[in-house]
Amino acid sequence: MDVKYYLRERFFPHMWCAGCGHGIVLNSLVRAVDLLGLKKRDIVMVSGIGCSSRISGYVDFHSLHTLHGRALAFATGVKLSKPSLNVIVPMGDGDALAIGGNHFIHAARRNINITALVMNNRTYGMTGGQFSPLSGVGTKATTAPYSNIDREFDTVELATGAGATFVARTTVYHVKQLQSLIKKAISHDGFSVLEVLSQCPTYFGRKNRKGSAVDMLNSFKDGTVPVGSKKKQENPELIERGIFVEKQLPEYCDAYAELVERATAK
Amino acid sequence: MSKNITFVQGNEACALGAMYAGLDFYAGYPITPSTEIAETLALTMPAAGKKFIQMEDEISSMCAIIGASLTGNKVMTATSGPGFSLMQEALGYAVMAEIPCVVANVQRGGPSTGNPTHVSQGDVNQARWGTHGDHSIVALSASNHQDVFRMTVEAFNIAETYRTPVILLFDEVIGHMREKLIIPQEEEIPRVARLRTSLKEGVNYHPYLPREDGRLPMSDFGDVHRFNVTGLYHDMWGFPTDKPDVVQELLRHQVDKIENNVHKMTFYKSYFLEDASVVLISYGSSARSALSVVKQRRNRGESIGLLELNTIWPFPAELVRECTQNAELVAVVEMNVGQLTQSVKLAVGSSKRVHLINRVDGQMINDKDIKKILRILQGRGI
Ligand SMILES: Cc1ncc(C[n+]2csc(CCOP(=O)(O)OP(=O)(O)O)c2C)c(N)n1
Ligand code: SF4
Ligand SMILES: [Mg+2]
Repeated sequence: MDVKYYLRERFFPHMWCAGCGHGIVLNSLVRAVDLLGLKKRDIVMVSGIGCSSRISGYVDFHSLHTLHGRALAFATGVKLSKPSLNVIVPMGDGDALAIGGNHFIHAARRNINITALVMNNRTYGMTGGQFSPLSGVGTKATTAPYSNIDREFDTVELATGAGATFVARTTVYHVKQLQSLIKKAISHDGFSVLEVLSQCPTYFGRKNRKGSAVDMLNSFKDGTVPVGSKKKQENPELIERGIFVEKQLPEYCDAYAELVERATAK
Repeated sequence: MSKNITFVQGNEACALGAMYAGLDFYAGYPITPSTEIAETLALTMPAAGKKFIQMEDEISSMCAIIGASLTGNKVMTATSGPGFSLMQEALGYAVMAEIPCVVANVQRGGPSTGNPTHVSQGDVNQARWGTHGDHSIVALSASNHQDVFRMTVEAFNIAETYRTPVILLFDEVIGHMREKLIIPQEEEIPRVARLRTSLKEGVNYHPYLPREDGRLPMSDFGDVHRFNVTGLYHDMWGFPTDKPDVVQELLRHQVDKIENNVHKMTFYKSYFLEDASVVLISYGSSARSALSVVKQRRNRGESIGLLELNTIWPFPAELVRECTQNAELVAVVEMNVGQLTQSVKLAVGSSKRVHLINRVDGQMINDKDIKKILRILQGRGI
């Protein structure tokens, strides 16, 4: 199917800056949905607030654009009330792991069948380049003019520790892998987290002298390696890409259906 | 004894009323003195095949019920003071996106953790203005379990009719007190079903285009119509906009759909008001004590009456004005520093006639408290 079939043209032109990585996620998402052969009416996109969260409006699915950090909480209501729906939640790094951190770990703990896409640009893009819990020590931001002293989360470790049953990471440079991981994350029966390193040339790039959008994309190519690669042992600075966790555990809506059976049996 | 007659806590009456109204989905986080609502529903909902979820906090509870409302369900959460504070942002979302939902707030002493196990009516104005921005809101109250049940059903009805969040403003005494409740027959209280669009697939559906009667038919997530829901100002498609005319029109629509229908959502009870020169106005558990005073004084031949408000917001100003027209003295009995008294003063017009009779120490205001202050107000000394 033509990608336009999945887009709401009325919503365009989109609001992202030239060179923003978020559009690549949108592109890959739409292609993944197409490859999976999902019906538009069976998908609900739930997002919070941020540049990343605007993805939900651009796609011609049911879309719920909510509050900063709360997307997974809204999504839990959507999913549990109608488990037949595919619920996809695109989030920013601040959205998912600062203000929304509590909902993130609890959604993972419940193992509810929702797909969380964490679009990590290491900054608060929408509000103009403040540091986020993923910026890392030594980075510059409008609220860290003397360089950041806040340590960062590792999204993959956090999701794994919280109990997510599918955890993966890639970047917007690796579009083929991005598409394939989105497909796998959506198909997974349980809570899936896909961290996507995305560039914000406008703020993170400029503040941290990362060069153009192309330079930032190239740094994703050079700075990452497939999971388990030898290069990582030689250079711990490299970031691993691929699937970290993929396992089957009871899914929350299924468990609830069993609970109802127990409750109605007596 | 008929099985329709029960002896329950107010919180249980609320839960039973919600089930009667057709509650499909509940999300909440435990907090005194509202917890029994969740506990009752945790038992009854799964047994009826409905969804109950305990969330990680009150923020997510409020968000989850909004999500569940959009898939076509009747939804509710319940909380008290601190939890109600946490819900305010998402409550505003429900106002902006016009999502039917019911929020019970069983009031306790505040601010902060305050007086958790004791009664208060200190959230009256938070219910009105707790979320940021211009908006209107509906809040109902009750002084006995029959009314708790009834008002809970009406809350769902108003939520569905006007696509709005509705707050049930109960209090600790009502929530925890036990008394008789007669469960109404199946069709005794009318129940408003979700209004869904009749438009077929392929026909343009506008989720935010009011019909002539002002109502907006909904379409469930998962159904044929796909649209955008947002907390941003939006056009009839649900697309974000900051066009001044669209912004103003939407704001007016959201306020007017409530304020222009005050009479349709006003529930109240009047006792001996016809000839009353002294009018007490009260709500919730305070109204029980106020009624007791009115009955005692009527027995002694005094012309005193009570207006009990079940609808607090939108404030029924016209009703209050009519009921107090001929009164020499109007006294608002409430357990706060005069939160509803302000609105009564505005409605009555002459604030000199309107007084506050209150108690704010975590104890229920009783008939003696009211009589003591009444004596002073009437110039009869202490
Ligand atoms: C409760 C609340 N606090 C703060 C904000 C302001 N705010 C909007 S977006 C945002 C951060 C966005 O950063 P991120 O989630 O990383 O998304 P990005 O824009 O980088 O894609 C903030 C702080 C808000 N909308 N709501
Ligand atoms: S500010 Fe950054 S994240 Fe936001 S659209 Fe621009 S480049 Fe993208
Ligand atoms: Mg970001």
